[in-house]
Amino acid sequence: MSLVVKNLRIEIGERDVVDDVSFSVPEGARVGLIGESGSGKSLTALAVLGLLPDGARASGSILWNGREILGLPDRELARLRGDDIGMVFQEPRTALNPVRTVGRQIGESVRIHEGVSRREALRRAVAEAERVALPDPERIVSRYPHQLSGGQRQRVAIAMALACRPRLLIADEPTTALDVTIQAGVLSLLRSLVQDAGMSLVFITHDLAVLAQVATHAVVLEHGRVVEEGAVTDLLRAPTSVVTQALLRDATATLWHPELPPRGVVRDETEETP
Amino acid sequence: MTTLRRLWSLGTGRFGILIVALVVVTAVVSLFWTPFDPAAVDARVRWSAPSWPHVLGTDNSGRDIASLLMAGARTTVVVAVGAGAVASVLGIVLAALGSLTARWIRESVAVLVDILIAFPVLIIAMMISAVWGGSLAVVILSVGIGFGVNIARVTRPELRRVLHSDFVLAGRASGLSTGQNLTRHLLPNVAPVFIVQLSWGMAVAVLAEAGLSYLGFGAPVTQPSWGVLLSDLQAYIAVHPLTVVWPGLAITLTVLGLNLLGDALREAADPTLGERTPAARTHVPGVVA
Repeated sequence: MSLVVKNLRIEIGERDVVDDVSFSVPEGARVGLIGESGSGKSLTALAVLGLLPDGARASGSILWNGREILGLPDRELARLRGDDIGMVFQEPRTALNPVRTVGRQIGESVRIHEGVSRREALRRAVAEAERVALPDPERIVSRYPHQLSGGQRQRVAIAMALACRPRLLIADEPTTALDVTIQAGVLSLLRSLVQDAGMSLVFITHDLAVLAQVATHAVVLEHGRVVEEGAVTDLLRAPTSVVTQALLRDATATLWHPELPPRGVVRDETEETP
Repeated sequence: MTTLRRLWSLGTGRFGILIVALVVVTAVVSLFWTPFDPAAVDARVRWSAPSWPHVLGTDNSGRDIASLLMAGARTTVVVAVGAGAVASVLGIVLAALGSLTARWIRESVAVLVDILIAFPVLIIAMMISAVWGGSLAVVILSVGIGFGVNIARVTRPELRRVLHSDFVLAGRASGLSTGQNLTRHLLPNVAPVFIVQLSWGMAVAVLAEAGLSYLGFGAPVTQPSWGVLLSDLQAYIAVHPLTVVWPGLAITLTVLGLNLLGDALREAADPTLGERTPAARTHVPGVVA
């Protein structure tokens, strides 16, 4: 169960937004695609599922277990989506249907791919909700997305993606839209789920600090090209490309240390925020 | 059936349901029973005031107005349901063609809808009736087509908006086919907009039938209809003003009921609106009530 992307090129109009990208994800590997916005990392992920927007054309090769899936008809791809390959999106606020209950959305792919009854799908949804550590799974499945917090919604999205036990999970910036305090919980959940199931993971992010927590291997993209790749530990220790160095600088800059006033100095009252 | 429960909990929804149910039940009952034969003429009781056994009185030829109203409800229901069905099918098909297909098809459909929307529905219905004779089918088709175009016009951009939302993409990513996406994600999300248009279309169909029948272009005079009744009675409005009130009231209440029901349905179909209590909705920070 491996994914091999070779010389992937995606054109929108006359512009190459992804140009000659190659990487591979062996079984059980956790690979990060990292780069700034517009570097083509999301499009690369969408191309794997055949979900490129209208007007985008992909060429090259995407092998899933040795089978070429680039250019497969939509019906064939629909069989892989959700069943073999699951995906979690960035914005949990918009990635869930506002007018359907959480349980029906989690049970969706089970219903499609395994053809189970509605009741069985709901039972599975409860089990999946429990697996992603949603509080009170029995009750939460009958709630609507707007009744959940951001972190809970992202857990629902993860449960949706994993309901059919895919062999590969693609996570597109799954923690970017969340509060910093929630991020860590979702990240560790994602990592433990992936590890326990022996799934492969493609994790997309612009934050090296986040990537370091989940991935073992990374591909650094800039303007649709691969500028560096290797083990995450190597990238952190000795980044060779300018892009990686900048990403490392950004990531370490977030480890903010407050400069405390020297002892005994009375703080200026005017600096107090109301 | 949480939507239905929410609908009933809304005051307007309950009123709408009751009115619409009353009209439908009356129409069904009139198929088997009316107090008098609506066509029976009785010269002895011409212009009888509301009294027993003629609870709403009689008209110039002694026909029982209550029975005529009951029988007329049939026409109203047939027209409203017929026009609603034509409008829904046409509206959804046009909206789907105008948003889910290849670019050149959807652009042409959008232009077609914009052209069709410029045609005055009632005047065309009158023209058709004037040339080929009036019938309910003409009313149903003209109002149905007219409002179908309206529905398409309003639903199409909504469908486009939902089509580009993340949850539709997420749906495809979990293996939904285009058809499954349509029934699970797209239609439920455009339903609120669609329902309001549809209920408004059905209300207009009721009005249009009454109006066209009143003018002699709708139901044939032999068929009991509120519009025909209204036009029969209004000749004597100066002498017997009360008789005109009954068909007028029936038409007004039905249109009001349909509109309120549509409004309440829209509110009930949207789970994000259902939560808030009326107090929370009217609360304005900083304003002392």
